[in-house]
Amino acid sequence: MKDSKESFAYTPGLKVTPCTYIRRIRSLPLKGEILVKKGENVNFDTTVATCCIEGAPYIVKIAELLDVDPEETVRYILKKEGENVSKGELLARNTSLFGLINKKVTAEVNGVIERINEITGHLTIREPPKNVEVKAYIKGKVDDVIPNEAAVIGTYAAFIQGIIGFSGERFGKLKMAVSNPEQVLDADMITENDAGKIIVGGSLVTYEALEKARKIKVNGIVVGGARMEDLESILKTRIGVAITGREDIDFTLILTEGFGKLPMSENTFRILKENEGRIAAINGTTQVRAGVLRPEIIIPLEVSERARREKELEEGKMKVGSIVRIIRFPYFGAVGKVIELPIELNKIETESLVRVVRIELLDGRKVLVPRANVEIVAD
Amino acid sequence: MPILSEITYITLQILITQKTLVKMEPKFILATDVGSTTTKARFFGKIRDEWKFLSSGEAPTTVEKPVEDVTMGIRNAVREVEELTGHKIIDYECEELRFLMPHKGENTGIDVYVSTSSAGGGLQMLVQGVVKSITAESAQRAALGAGAIVMDVLSVDDGRDTYEKISALRFLRPDIVLLAGGIDGGTKSHVLEMTEILAMAKPRPRFEIEFLLPVVYAGNKDAREDVKKTLCENFDVRITDNLRPMLEVEKVEPARDAILGLFMEHVMAHAPGYEKLKKLVSTNIMPTPAAEGMMVRKFSELKCVNSIGVGLGGATTNVYSYFDGRFLRTVSANLGMSYSVGNVLKEANIKNVKKWTPFQISEEEVMGIVYNKMIRPTTIPMTFEDLVIEHALARESIRMAFNHHKYLARELKGVKKERTISDIFEEVKTEDTYLDVYRINYIIGTGGLLSRAPRRSQSMMMLTDAFQPVGFTSLAQDSVFMMPHLGVLSTIHPEIALHIFEKECLIYLGTLIAGAGISKPGAKVADITIEYENGKKDNFELLFSKIVKVEIPYEKTVNVKVYPSSEFNFGAGFGRNVEKTVRGGVVGLVFDGRGRPIHIPEDEKERFNTILDWYSSMNLYPKEKIEEWRSQL
Repeated sequence: MKDSKESFAYTPGLKVTPCTYIRRIRSLPLKGEILVKKGENVNFDTTVATCCIEGAPYIVKIAELLDVDPEETVRYILKKEGENVSKGELLARNTSLFGLINKKVTAEVNGVIERINEITGHLTIREPPKNVEVKAYIKGKVDDVIPNEAAVIGTYAAFIQGIIGFSGERFGKLKMAVSNPEQVLDADMITENDAGKIIVGGSLVTYEALEKARKIKVNGIVVGGARMEDLESILKTRIGVAITGREDIDFTLILTEGFGKLPMSENTFRILKENEGRIAAINGTTQVRAGVLRPEIIIPLEVSERARREKELEEGKMKVGSIVRIIRFPYFGAVGKVIELPIELNKIETESLVRVVRIELLDGRKVLVPRANVEIVAD
Repeated sequence: MPILSEITYITLQILITQKTLVKMEPKFILATDVGSTTTKARFFGKIRDEWKFLSSGEAPTTVEKPVEDVTMGIRNAVREVEELTGHKIIDYECEELRFLMPHKGENTGIDVYVSTSSAGGGLQMLVQGVVKSITAESAQRAALGAGAIVMDVLSVDDGRDTYEKISALRFLRPDIVLLAGGIDGGTKSHVLEMTEILAMAKPRPRFEIEFLLPVVYAGNKDAREDVKKTLCENFDVRITDNLRPMLEVEKVEPARDAILGLFMEHVMAHAPGYEKLKKLVSTNIMPTPAAEGMMVRKFSELKCVNSIGVGLGGATTNVYSYFDGRFLRTVSANLGMSYSVGNVLKEANIKNVKKWTPFQISEEEVMGIVYNKMIRPTTIPMTFEDLVIEHALARESIRMAFNHHKYLARELKGVKKERTISDIFEEVKTEDTYLDVYRINYIIGTGGLLSRAPRRSQSMMMLTDAFQPVGFTSLAQDSVFMMPHLGVLSTIHPEIALHIFEKECLIYLGTLIAGAGISKPGAKVADITIEYENGKKDNFELLFSKIVKVEIPYEKTVNVKVYPSSEFNFGAGFGRNVEKTVRGGVVGLVFDGRGRPIHIPEDEKERFNTILDWYSSMNLYPKEKIEEWRSQL
């Protein structure tokens, strides 16, 4: 069997590191104003940029409402393009037969008359623009400013990626609700004092715990797994595509391992425990396709810790000796050392011919698994 | 020489070299498909005067954050090809991706490089028409024909109020909008109403907020100037021929070609890293479904047969049909086997997935397998139970995508039966589609899951269960997922592409012989006679709810006579005899006595036993595993 010391086969891996330098680009949806300067310190909730988004258009079918031909509509419209109108204000009127026919059209929204279309007989009111504010999201320093478009915030931080998350950006104080990665996060482990915090669980969060977290108004839950049916009850929808982040729930939920009861990886649990009491920024946004956007937990660290624990993030390549974790049943979660990386395709139990890796598990068992089914824990 | 003109000179030299290379008979060809999740490289070479598929390499696609450069994923996939073959392809002296071109002798260099792309969700389009079942439906066919994913179809009569249409449009991020409506010389007001809605909503393009969103106008020619006037400020308007110039005429080709042109010019130009990729390819990059469908079409035209093709992808399931000279392509968004696999379960309903499994498994366990696959889409099943669930999902995904396809494979009508958007995955009645199941000669499957199925009989069974063909149908599949690669190659080297397609890509699974009808388990469906080339004859009774597989290789032909009972129709009518000469395949001849629609018992134990009988007859999984499942009943 031919061997390769390194592999270029796909080896997915979630980034989990006690300290690294993190940058986040805080972009505006449209060009606008950047409110911070390079070098400035920012907090989690500092507004760093702002812009105006055009209001919604509201089309009024004047011809139809006045029962006139579209090309004649202009004659009955009392306003001009560019003119402001308020809700309830008269827009058009058709009075004929000495007042026997008296049809009126009033504005149903506030805004500006953007267009009067003589072909369709429609009038469009543009609602007032809305102000959009972009927050810093993480506590750190402004590393760069892209004029009118974005601010780049940087900080040293403990950084953990989850596998899937729900709802967007939030921040709060980290609290360990369990003592080990296998423990289930139950409702009674969440108390009134946890409002605004980010709660860390072990292998599973129960439905009752999710409900209680919502009632108490915790800001986030980080846990190994959750049952899909419980999630669907909380989200009030069935999940179809792994593109998340816009769910309308009152807290951010990050699963570090997947669906079902799955103990949180030791490494992730240890880092979270070491940082208990610190304020973390979390974001559940996930996109499982090209580029793969995973949910994240960013715990900004103090300067004094920086020198001691600094470690740059690097993309791992699988090598003989790499420590890996299996991410599919029947060995899900098992950690072991790579002992062989055969180049040629090998037959696995299901008779599939795939690129494989031979791993010696911590309990001494040697298993042959597809390279696609492992993630690198350490080199 | 000034720097600028030196660069221009070098660029010109590269272009001249590439064009010359295309005209020359190549020796080594590299093709890539930049998929939504994975970039797949395929390497072909002319060995002893015959074109061969040499190797493949795969790597995650890099078109979105954190690595916003598509060429990185291509480099990684090609490196795997290099590692597996020892053939040098990448020019490592250049920092930017560059290939060693042309072939420099021995194991160095390639002559042609082509690529397809569905990265970032493929080509995503918004379609607008006036009447839902007339111009909106034709516009949808034109967009799908260009290989697009249709994000939404708006029409005057789609049941939504104007404000609902505007809200839907404002938050969409399409690559291109196709606007149609009205026959030439007819009323303009309706199409202008739809134009106005678009103008007011101002949807923004997906990749860059600064450039103007392209709009292809293919409606009433008399409204062209008004459309331009209304949209020119915020959109890049392209005028093309009306796709419904008359009620009874549909002409989608000009709109489709305009979309494909814009795909290259706008969409690809704004996707990260594509400018670099455009410099590397020997011909235009094509959307994956467009290239995949092209091979189905070329194959069908060459063989003069009616065919159905299916591309079971990670994000979408694409169905292609070539029927009596008519070609149709549909892309069913969010019906795929990777990050949209959860949606397959959601749309199909868990009971429909479970009905294909011959063992006890709770709904929670099924959901665990499906949703963990959704979040870790590149992982591979390691147990047979996992594999059976994935195969069940594949059946359902294809079944629903085929229903979507049949929904659009209908005759042109001025007035049509009203349908809602949610109806599109529902069963389409036979009389509603022009795809006559009795006259489909070939079914061709492609996509990672089908290509990687450990046993070919599994692919044949998945395709059979999903399409449920009747009569005599040949089934084939793509050996290692290379149909899109060959589709784009066929635009510059059609002979080479078709040669590789027939000799290296297509695996003839066999011929399926099935009857429509229903009866009681154990009742006679038909008497069958097989006459071999050497004169030998085999006679047997095909019973209801049973499958009989006869191993006959592709090289051999046999004469099959079917004498159906009065409840079954094998193509000539109920109870009427049929006789045909057919080929075998890697699986062979499969006589399917399960009726149509396939009869699956309601009782769980009976269902498990029936499915295990099918597994045994088809040699679908190892005997020991089938016995293990049976012992658990």
